Amino acid sequence: MSPATGPAGTHRLDADAVVVDALVKRFGPIVALDGMSFSIRAGELFGFIGPDGGGKTTLFRILTTLLVPGAGTARVLGQDVVKDLWKLRRRIGYMPGRFSLYPDLSIEENLRFFAAVFGTTVEREYSQIAPIYSQIEPFKDRRAAALSGGMKQKLALCCALVHRPEILFLDEPTTGVDAVSRREFWDLLDRLKTTGLTIVVSTPYMDEATRCDRVALVQRGRLLALDTPQAITQSFGRPLLGIRANDRYRALLAIRDYPQTHTIYPFGDVLHFTDKRQQAAPEQIARDVTAFLESRGFHDIRAGTIPATIEDSFMASMGAPEDHQRTGAA
Amino acid sequence: MTGELAIETQDLTRVFGAFTAVDHITFDVRVGEVFGFLGANGAGKTTALRMLIGLLAPTSGSARVAGHDVFTESEAIKHDIGYMSQRFSLYEDLTVRENIQLYGGIYGLSNREIRERTERLLARLGFEGAANDFVRALPLGWRQKLAFSVALLHQPRIVFLDEPTSGVDPITRRQFWELIYEAAAAGTTVLITTHYMDEAEYCDRISIMVAGRIGAMGTPSDLKRQFGTESIDELFVTLARPETAGAGRAKP
Amino acid sequence: MTALLGLLRKETYHILRDKRTLLVIILLPVLQVIIFGYAIRTDVDRVRLAIVDPHPDYATLALRSRFTAAGVFSVVAVESRVDALDALFQRGDAQEAIVFDPDFAEHLARGLPARLMLVTDATEPNTGSAVQAYASAVIEGYERELQSRAPGVRIVPEIRMRFNPTRESSNLFVPGLMAFILTIISSLMTAISLTREKETGSMEALLVSPLRPWQIIVGKVAPYLAVGFVSVVGVIVEARLVFNVPLRGSVALLLAESVLFILVSLSLGILVSARTSSQRVAMMGAMVGTMLPTMLLSGFIFPIESMPQVLQVVSNIVPARWFVFVARSIMLKGVGLEYLWRETLILMAMALVLLTMSTRSFHERLE
Repeated sequence: MSPATGPAGTHRLDADAVVVDALVKRFGPIVALDGMSFSIRAGELFGFIGPDGGGKTTLFRILTTLLVPGAGTARVLGQDVVKDLWKLRRRIGYMPGRFSLYPDLSIEENLRFFAAVFGTTVEREYSQIAPIYSQIEPFKDRRAAALSGGMKQKLALCCALVHRPEILFLDEPTTGVDAVSRREFWDLLDRLKTTGLTIVVSTPYMDEATRCDRVALVQRGRLLALDTPQAITQSFGRPLLGIRANDRYRALLAIRDYPQTHTIYPFGDVLHFTDKRQQAAPEQIARDVTAFLESRGFHDIRAGTIPATIEDSFMASMGAPEDHQRTGAA
Repeated sequence: MTGELAIETQDLTRVFGAFTAVDHITFDVRVGEVFGFLGANGAGKTTALRMLIGLLAPTSGSARVAGHDVFTESEAIKHDIGYMSQRFSLYEDLTVRENIQLYGGIYGLSNREIRERTERLLARLGFEGAANDFVRALPLGWRQKLAFSVALLHQPRIVFLDEPTSGVDPITRRQFWELIYEAAAAGTTVLITTHYMDEAEYCDRISIMVAGRIGAMGTPSDLKRQFGTESIDELFVTLARPETAGAGRAKP
Repeated sequence: MTALLGLLRKETYHILRDKRTLLVIILLPVLQVIIFGYAIRTDVDRVRLAIVDPHPDYATLALRSRFTAAGVFSVVAVESRVDALDALFQRGDAQEAIVFDPDFAEHLARGLPARLMLVTDATEPNTGSAVQAYASAVIEGYERELQSRAPGVRIVPEIRMRFNPTRESSNLFVPGLMAFILTIISSLMTAISLTREKETGSMEALLVSPLRPWQIIVGKVAPYLAVGFVSVVGVIVEARLVFNVPLRGSVALLLAESVLFILVSLSLGILVSARTSSQRVAMMGAMVGTMLPTMLLSGFIFPIESMPQVLQVVSNIVPARWFVFVARSIMLKGVGLEYLWRETLILMAMALVLLTMSTRSFHERLE
């Protein structure tokens, strides 16, 4: 991509931390990335949301120069991921999916190693990582293998940040970690964002989408949607009804028999219902379905409109669950 | 059978050297219940689970699973329970059919039983076309559903599920829970651990382990009322100690 | 019972469906039988014979032609002075030498005991004693022939075993053992270390950093260089103190050659692990590609001269073969670089080629 010609063009180029165009990646017969195009602005907290096998890790590996695209281009911080890999590797921070720490080294030893690899020292960069490192510093002599999931997260984050990268890629940093640690981690990310760092995160947890500036819903190597979380949920095409009933499972089965049901999914203790009649008024829909359930012997039905969540939007744009994709990979 | 207990523990404890992983937990699970076993990493969930399925001997206390004592009859327990974990479910270099056959044989089913149940299983999941595919060629969601069904193949009284829906897409996750409900409706007791707090709502009762002990136990709605939270997620955050306390716990 | 059968069947599937392991399991025994079968030959062939004949005449020439006619010997040099033998033995050009007494023919004619010396390179005791037995047999045959015409003729061979007079087998094993130990440390451990990093996923973090591939390799592999060096020193010390193995040559040279060999082995370890991210596969590769050839084809246990031509040719690409020769020469024969420059050059070339290949094979990306 040659630098854009007028001032407006170059300005746009500078403001985008990541620009991806028609990216394709295949592994043998499997298509991991199926023509993705998007851009991420500098200073954004950007999330890739989607289940395993969707291509998130492959995308991150391409953006961090670990893999070469099959087709299409990717530019990070204005540089091409294929041609400028050595320049980029100094400017990128990366936390791979599996906590790539050394289990037999202590917290401090791990951190020192990564600092040295980037030609700096822990002392020099201490102020940069202090907000996070201070939380695990009391345990700095403990071996990484003996750390809880949340602490490993924090250590991995420190190791990725210690060389003051301009952009941070975190591949499923909250997977396998409990709800409390997940929240704390996102609090840390919010803090980091204030320093102007561009942060790109991938996660299978739909509820984490709301903590991002913008999100991309990813499935089977394609983008289902890309926008702010609010815009995505607002663009949910139909009225969404939350139904509470005493016997949730039986109610679920019953509603499947209801002729007007478009989708019915359990969400915790509420059933999310959409009606086939897109134009009907929500109150009408609620009345109708309540009547139906009561006719089937259910009492105490409460049905009312609820705002859509990212998960609702994801499921609506998903199409059929992975019936047609066979991975074939080892 | 209702009213009977599928699992009962009394002051169940497990110590590793100086470290107490499970600290005198007492709880029951009724037959046919779907019981959610929650807790932060390092809180002792996995250790407790291992004791209940006969993989680890308790240090003290008592427990009965499917009517058998975990100390003296751990082998008998294994016949009456099924197990499925997130880390490993099926052999990837065997086909779907071969996996089913293997586990059927291991649990002592006759060839005829294996044949019948295989067909029924494949029909229920809609996998007839994939019967001779290698498991590694199946998408994650299919694998998990299949593994669950295989865990139920020998019709155990209790099935233990260890984070079975991790990383799976939201629709498949719900389909999985329907399978769980079907199993429970047929009388199988289900004990499940999960990190998805909304899944906690699907359970009849849940327990939350904190630092080796049970911090809360009851139906989801009772607990939410008791702690004044809107969701189980909030409840969990309120209850489970943040990192600094959980951090001191080394993994055994 | 069904359960057990089911389990057996599953394990069979695992084995059959893992193509690489299957190949090793099937091919390896076949290869081993062939190699062992041919390698374990204690009879000798084409013994390199040197002759020192200060006064050639009909008697010495007659005996010499008996040796040539025996078919087992191949005369590599004919000298008139004994001191020419040293160089021949040290270079390994001669395995056996016959040194005729200047008065050999005269004594024979006068019915006095005719003397000659039979000198054998005993750095390989198997070969050494067999060779010596052959030579003695030829001499005795000639003696009997003469006696049938003129009774009372006697030839008295004086037998000398050079370099290993007491024929201690430990003297011979130690150099080979050094090669074997170094192969384990340098090839096997390196391969494991590299693939372990790949398996745990920490290799990703290294690759994404500014570290260049050569830096990663050197960083991961250099400690094994040090460990190998320490092992060599340990083996030598132990051999000297416990087994009294001689070290007649330069210790510095021996250590230098060891370092060279370590570098070669390290490169092999890197190459073996380049194509795979599985520790298990890397281990098998290292065993089949480095340890087995070292054990079987380096002259460590089985003399190379006894092997069929094919295997002798193959042994030329086994680095350990050259190192074992170098180590034996330095320790037992006390020779220096003047005699070993060829072998050293070969090892250096191997090191250069393999290091280049292994650095190239190590990608700066995941694929």
